[in-house]
Amino acid sequence: MSTVEYTRPQAVPSLERLPRKLAPGHQPSDRIFHGAATTIGMFVLFITGSIGIFLGYQSIPTLRHYGLRFFTETNWQPELDKIGIAAVLVGTVEVALVAMVVSFPLAFMMALFITDYAPKRIKSWLVSAIDLMAAVPSIIYGLWGFFLLQPHAINVARWLSQYLGWVPIFKVDTDPNAAVWQQSRYTSSAFIAGLAVSMMAIPLACAVMRAVFDQAPLGEREAAMALGGTRFGVARTVVFPFAKGGIIGGTMLSLGRALGETAAVLIIISPEYVIKPRILEAGTQTTSALIAGNFGDATKSQLSALLTAGFVLFLITLAVNSVAAVVIRRSRSGAGTDI
Amino acid sequence: MIRGITVRSPRERKPARHAAGSVAGRPRVDSQPGWTGPARLDAVEISAWFGKTKVLEDVTLSVPPATVTALIGPSGCGKSTFLRILNRMHESVEGAQLAGEVLLNGQDIYAAGHRLTEARKQIGMVFQKPNPFPAMSIADNVTAGLSLTSTKVGKTERQELVEHCLSRAGLWNEVKDRLNRPGSALSGGQQQRLCIARALAVEPKVLLMDEPCSALDPTSTRRIEETIAELGSQVTIVIVTHNMQQAARVSQQAAFFLAEQGAPGGIVEQGLTTDLFEHPVDPRTADYVNGRFG
Repeated sequence: MSTVEYTRPQAVPSLERLPRKLAPGHQPSDRIFHGAATTIGMFVLFITGSIGIFLGYQSIPTLRHYGLRFFTETNWQPELDKIGIAAVLVGTVEVALVAMVVSFPLAFMMALFITDYAPKRIKSWLVSAIDLMAAVPSIIYGLWGFFLLQPHAINVARWLSQYLGWVPIFKVDTDPNAAVWQQSRYTSSAFIAGLAVSMMAIPLACAVMRAVFDQAPLGEREAAMALGGTRFGVARTVVFPFAKGGIIGGTMLSLGRALGETAAVLIIISPEYVIKPRILEAGTQTTSALIAGNFGDATKSQLSALLTAGFVLFLITLAVNSVAAVVIRRSRSGAGTDI
Repeated sequence: MIRGITVRSPRERKPARHAAGSVAGRPRVDSQPGWTGPARLDAVEISAWFGKTKVLEDVTLSVPPATVTALIGPSGCGKSTFLRILNRMHESVEGAQLAGEVLLNGQDIYAAGHRLTEARKQIGMVFQKPNPFPAMSIADNVTAGLSLTSTKVGKTERQELVEHCLSRAGLWNEVKDRLNRPGSALSGGQQQRLCIARALAVEPKVLLMDEPCSALDPTSTRRIEETIAELGSQVTIVIVTHNMQQAARVSQQAAFFLAEQGAPGGIVEQGLTTDLFEHPVDPRTADYVNGRFG
């Protein structure tokens, strides 16, 4: 063994210690990739921003002409110079809320089944099946809702109005107990449009919830199991508290989707410009269906009005999605057990 | 320290299945109905697989009531798998299988009539990494097992239980003023003792510990070891450890696990801890306990 002499390092006396400037010294390939990724990232921001600016700019003439009346007027009658989105916004929210009420429990239970209950061999099948639901074009859901679902859904609507008609939202302006009941009063409603839209909201909400349920820390899951917890006990104690943000965020993302859904709604509803809480009754209108149904034969000023409606929808969905993103991002910090 | 445990050689043993917790026809106190104290645990001819890979072969181990048994051996020899078989956590892993019996006071916890959740409740577990429920307060963490097993307790009873369990885990004095603070705000060692308190709250008959100190600093390790020494007389403990000194300090009996190249793991030697460390019979045990491999 050779002898090693130990020399204590001598500090070089210096006048002042300042933080050093560090050169990153990246590889050229790293720099190219960095540049490309930054450009593409910025491009996404640029597109979203330019859509907002375009819509905002196009809205100026309409907002100048109608002012605040644009938000309080229910009618959409360009020939009478009466244009407003009050009824349309209410209809949009009603359809979206019906979709949420139907899709939330389904998406939630599906996500929990996939992550915590399903045997491994059917798990991947279920995941693909739900992802496939997202791949079905919305026009197909519209046709499905109109031809396949509606003839059956009107029976549910009639039953609801028969027994819960005293609640304003379930009331229908017809006699629900009539022997020959007026079926057409129950068709083309916000309820049926909402059912079709819920099918499009499910895959998005389910995917987000599944992802956060899966992230629930294994250590905590095992702790709950080892204490004698049942599977639902584990879900209640560990998975739900951990995934709270993801559940809320996923629901709001799918709400954003539901608010903007067009094709299916356009097929199912019959346009009616009245503020009404009666979701089971025929006739309603949503913002996106209004635009899709009217821009074909719109004059220049009418087009500006439609774009203004689009601008309002854009701002609402942007707000909903941004809140959802913040909620989801916060929830990731749920794993506070690291030491 | 040694409580007169007789450990027979593996060949003689296979009694538990038929004798059902009795020694020479004399009924044991812990096999009587209503007994809630520490229990006897017998693992009989345990083998285990992950998918098609056999990881444990023919492991038999008897753990007398109110003792501390240490499982030692190098990484990957099946100690943790064996431990997880003792409270039915093994089967929560996809593709995991096992053969053999685990008898808790003579009752097979894998028998058809025995509930999975009941087995886990009676045989508690403390994990390698402290895993308190971060969203819950310290007090709620302690009583988490009660709500998980739908056990209802009154408010004062609950407070007493929290104090009792935290005291037994040696944590009460450090946290008594902040019981409503989140459990995740504690230090690693405190979190681990909180997990011990949580496991004790459901009154397990046996407590399994899977390398409970490997993520902790020496001071926290010493506190946990003190806790184990105090608990040893109240509950049967089986502890997996990589730390030979720890095994020597806390346990009365020990088992040395080893998996030869490509073969499933098994017990090479078991006996009183002092015998295993001071007079090992098998040369492989001698090599391991003297730090020549592993």
